[in-house]
Amino acid sequence: MSIYQDLILDHYRNPRNQKPVIAPTHQAVAHNPTCGDKLGMELRIEDNIIREIGFIGSGCAISQASASLLTEHTKGMLVEEALALDPEKTLQLLGVTLSPARLKCALLSLETLKKALHQHKNPPENLSTSQLPKK
Amino acid sequence: MELPDTFKKYFPFFGHNPHIIYLDSAATTLKPSSVIKSEQEYLERLSSNVGRGLYPLAETTTSVFEDARSTIAHFIGAKNEEIIFTAGTTDSINMAARLIEPLLSEKHTIITTELEHHSNFLPWKELARRTEARCIISPITSEGMIDTEALAHLAAACPAIIAFTAVSNVTGAINPVADIIKCVRTRCPGAIILVDAAQAIGHMPIDAKAWDADFIAFSGHKIFAPTGIGILYGRKALLESLSPCRFGGGMVLDAVADMPEYKNAPERFEAGTPNIGGGIALAAAIRFVESIGFAAIRNHEQRLTAYALHELKSALGAAIRIIGPDSIDQRGNIISFEIDGIHPHDIAHLLGENGICVRAGEHCAAPLHRALGLTATTRLSFSIYNTEEDIDQLVRRLKEIRKILT
Repeated sequence: MSIYQDLILDHYRNPRNQKPVIAPTHQAVAHNPTCGDKLGMELRIEDNIIREIGFIGSGCAISQASASLLTEHTKGMLVEEALALDPEKTLQLLGVTLSPARLKCALLSLETLKKALHQHKNPPENLSTSQLPKK
Repeated sequence: MELPDTFKKYFPFFGHNPHIIYLDSAATTLKPSSVIKSEQEYLERLSSNVGRGLYPLAETTTSVFEDARSTIAHFIGAKNEEIIFTAGTTDSINMAARLIEPLLSEKHTIITTELEHHSNFLPWKELARRTEARCIISPITSEGMIDTEALAHLAAACPAIIAFTAVSNVTGAINPVADIIKCVRTRCPGAIILVDAAQAIGHMPIDAKAWDADFIAFSGHKIFAPTGIGILYGRKALLESLSPCRFGGGMVLDAVADMPEYKNAPERFEAGTPNIGGGIALAAAIRFVESIGFAAIRNHEQRLTAYALHELKSALGAAIRIIGPDSIDQRGNIISFEIDGIHPHDIAHLLGENGICVRAGEHCAAPLHRALGLTATTRLSFSIYNTEEDIDQLVRRLKEIRKILT
């Protein structure tokens, strides 16, 4: 079975939350050394709840669909719930079985999210141009 | 000359994988029966160690192994004592860096280029860090070749070491090695010059003397031999002046003395039991290449490369960006490309689902991708077992992939 199923193709072609967040309180950039892809993520957390979440960057269909699905899933979540997300859950969202070579693509979004949750931004401002992944 | 389409018959791989289209020979080549048989024969019939035993079987193994060394030496126009067995290109270059290390200090400069595979980049960066020498990265042209003029300019400052590749593993560019070395030597006669021949070996004749290189590194598995065997060629006069960097059995004359006395090259650089079967198989691979001949190999690969370039351009038009030289004469068996809006990982994965094997990513050449403004590319690489039909299937599938992903 191809891993390029309708759900993944839909989220790849029409990514959700692929935009900067207004007045982000948390942000991070992570990098996939096997392909050189970079993914940026921004969050606005208020009252311990993820009110807004967005991602920036281009990449393969798996990494883009995974970022889209994960941001959709975590919007409105408590910070503790988001911190408890594991690779298994991220793969469940994608709904396919991946080979080890593609796991890194699928899990880059989770890595970026976890990193961002630990990087509080004060005062709130967007990722700078130099940090931004190439579009 | 043998009909190219019959080359496939030498490779048992296709008997086991009749539907695989293998376009990743720059990563590793498939192995012909004669090579597999030679390693198997060593394992089954000889199996003993080299250089130590006095019983007839061990003597036979030693002589078969040393014959292999002669075959390899002859193949690149070298002397037997200039051929050091290693585990592969990466091992060879790391070893060369370790051998030269005692000659370097913060006063010296090392030059490598933007074109290099990480294996001819990181060992020099690390050597510079250890010795506090300067490491300079020589630029490339927009076609992904070594910028000879820029390298000559840098060579005028008399670097201690210049390391560059004969053929790029990404752009497929064939650098004019002999011309580059000649140009460098007129400006800096004393520089130690290393050529990474990993992507040249098996595709074009190599003559160490005509190149006038001090070190040449290559792997067996890029020329139809198994993985885990490689060669570091070192110019005899240079090797004689260098101290060993690995220590153990088989390389010492007097181990008990306060200052141990070591054997001459190449033994002094080959501590421990070598990859005997691998060395014997590498010689078999060379005999295989010689039986086909470089003219036929180059002809076949060049024809496929030209055909693939034409077919890719006509099928994908402005959507494809092909990296590397325009001239087919400056290209080896490698084509890397980008397709608008489609990530190479998706291309390689979707091709893989149809049994078409290509490589995607940075191909262990991050500096080159940065220099050419690329994030990642898809790479095809051909060998004698590929056919026009392989390319037709690839192009057909690429067109389908564009439909799926855009």
